[in-house]
Amino acid sequence: MSHAVSTKRYEGLHGALVEFDTPEALIEACEKAYAEGYRKMDAYAPMPVEGLAEAIGFKKNKVAMCVLIAGCTGVCFGLGLLEWIAGIAYPHNVGGRPLNSWPAFIPITFECMILFSALTALVSMLAMNGLPRPYHAVFNVPAFLRASVDKFFLCIESEDPKFEPNQTVEFLNSLGGVEVHYVPE
Amino acid sequence: MDPIEKAKENNIQLPSELIPDPGPNIVLGRGLDYTTVTDRIAGIVYLPWKNSPKKWLVGAFISFCFVNLLMLAVYLLFTRGVGIWGLNIPVAWGFAIINFVWWIGIGHAGTLISAVLFLVKQDWRTSINRFSEAMTLFAVACAGMFPILHLGRPWLFYWLLPYPNSMWLWPQPRSPLEWDVFAVSTYGTVSLVFWYVGLLPDLASLRDTAPSLVQRKIYGVLSLGWRGSAIHWHRYQKAYLLLAGLATPLVLSVHTIVSFDFAVSQLPGWHTTIFPPYFVAGAVYSGFAMVLTLVIPLRAWYNMRDLITLRTIESAAKLMLGVGLIVAYGYGSEAFFAWYSGDKYEAFMYTNRMFGPYGFMYWLLILCNIAIPQLLWSQKVRHNLAMVWTISIVVNIGMWLERFEIVVTSLHRDFLPSSWGMYVPTKWDIATYAGTIGFFMLLIFLFVRFLPSISIFEVREQVHHDLHAAPVEEHV
Repeated sequence: MSHAVSTKRYEGLHGALVEFDTPEALIEACEKAYAEGYRKMDAYAPMPVEGLAEAIGFKKNKVAMCVLIAGCTGVCFGLGLLEWIAGIAYPHNVGGRPLNSWPAFIPITFECMILFSALTALVSMLAMNGLPRPYHAVFNVPAFLRASVDKFFLCIESEDPKFEPNQTVEFLNSLGGVEVHYVPE
Repeated sequence: MDPIEKAKENNIQLPSELIPDPGPNIVLGRGLDYTTVTDRIAGIVYLPWKNSPKKWLVGAFISFCFVNLLMLAVYLLFTRGVGIWGLNIPVAWGFAIINFVWWIGIGHAGTLISAVLFLVKQDWRTSINRFSEAMTLFAVACAGMFPILHLGRPWLFYWLLPYPNSMWLWPQPRSPLEWDVFAVSTYGTVSLVFWYVGLLPDLASLRDTAPSLVQRKIYGVLSLGWRGSAIHWHRYQKAYLLLAGLATPLVLSVHTIVSFDFAVSQLPGWHTTIFPPYFVAGAVYSGFAMVLTLVIPLRAWYNMRDLITLRTIESAAKLMLGVGLIVAYGYGSEAFFAWYSGDKYEAFMYTNRMFGPYGFMYWLLILCNIAIPQLLWSQKVRHNLAMVWTISIVVNIGMWLERFEIVVTSLHRDFLPSSWGMYVPTKWDIATYAGTIGFFMLLIFLFVRFLPSISIFEVREQVHHDLHAAPVEEHV
């Protein structure tokens, strides 16, 4: 592989990370950072925090749409499979019932709908989140180990056009967090 | 603490003092914060063997012995055929189908607790939802075994699935038995997905706090690199909500379809419209009983009385009582229609069920499922854990008897007296059944040991919620 041309303005620096003790402090910090004009940032919490994703400007959650599409696909697949088996592949007269006895096909169609939707809920959530992903730059900060336990973090990424190492760290310091870290790539 | 230092010491212990129950008014005990809930719940997984409760070791060993009994019974079944069981004509559906229905019913409370109670925002479910989801999964595994073992040639089980084969034969899609294949396999898969999605953030917590490198690697792989990003949480919550919404109709459909196996036939005692709701209620009933049977000792063994509090147990007991009344209504309705329909076969079947050769089991069933659980009306009984635990065992037995009644007494004396017969289980019937109980218990023991048995991140949310909620009166 040839050397890829880095689009990063700050080679080797993923961003700057600030640590908080409570989810309320984190939300407030996110809102301030957004108001300050930062857009490429992410907040990390050990539990879902209401309003946090919105505070960093996240709007479009497409999981529900994917699941709806999968559910419809499941219905078509289930009903199609049964109609094809009972009507075309293996037409069989059972007690004089019509070949297209669709009410009897509903249970399996329903199960297919649930199966397709549930698997899609898992897969689409993981895929849009970019998981599985064993390595991520934020893991380079030792303090980040507690992001899955009891600490709350805001990371402003170096790809943000407004990012400038010294100024951004100064801004993060002004947010009243516990500690600010550079995040090496 | 530095993880390497932690690994060297690795002398994690359960809290040495007995932690008291905070009473029936609050979901979580006082004094828990984000850090301590993680340490307490994950601490169980990190316990070195020497600090494991002795009861765990004894329990896991006994269960393991029963798993061996199961393997022996299944080996004999494979080599000699279903003749080693007490099956005959007319009773071609013996223990295998009784146990199948019993196990799948037990699974249902797990989905109910994790999905339905999530949708209706019952906060007391938080501390037991992970555990009951695991219970669902293991119960479905046990349930799924029985119809396959019952097939006669179990190694050809894949003939049940619609797939293009050399004979160009397809399964009959109008048959409830075929619906069952789809319902149970979908239920198993969706339960697994739901359970794993719930586990994902907790696996990340384990990855970041485990004392040994091996544990950090294993949980690291399983956690898929979860890092708790706000955007990830947003999608995660949406996916979880949708899964709960999908699991709710699914759980109703599964036992409905299981009841169709019976209700769609012509047999007196099976051919009734009350079956689907009555089966679903019975399933939830037995499931709550099993949750209580398992959770009450678990919280005592691991000193978790402030995490799984009396409020949770009392709420589950109340729900069990409520669902039990629906089951009682089902029995009443069956008896009423046997008389009111004027159908002599139905009437005979019900008289035979009550006063025939298996009559004692019917009255035992009424005692276990209807009479004894009424004690739960009393708050004193609900607050007495030994009583709640005993009643939960009684209900488990009662629900098994119910399935025995439905399967055996309907089949053994049907329309033609010349084709009547009796059903007696053999020792291999009993060995297979006891073996699956051992298998189920072993899986539960291993689950408690290797995965967080309480959802850590949901308890953190509850801690956060409690910090901002108005203080509640402590129970005295």
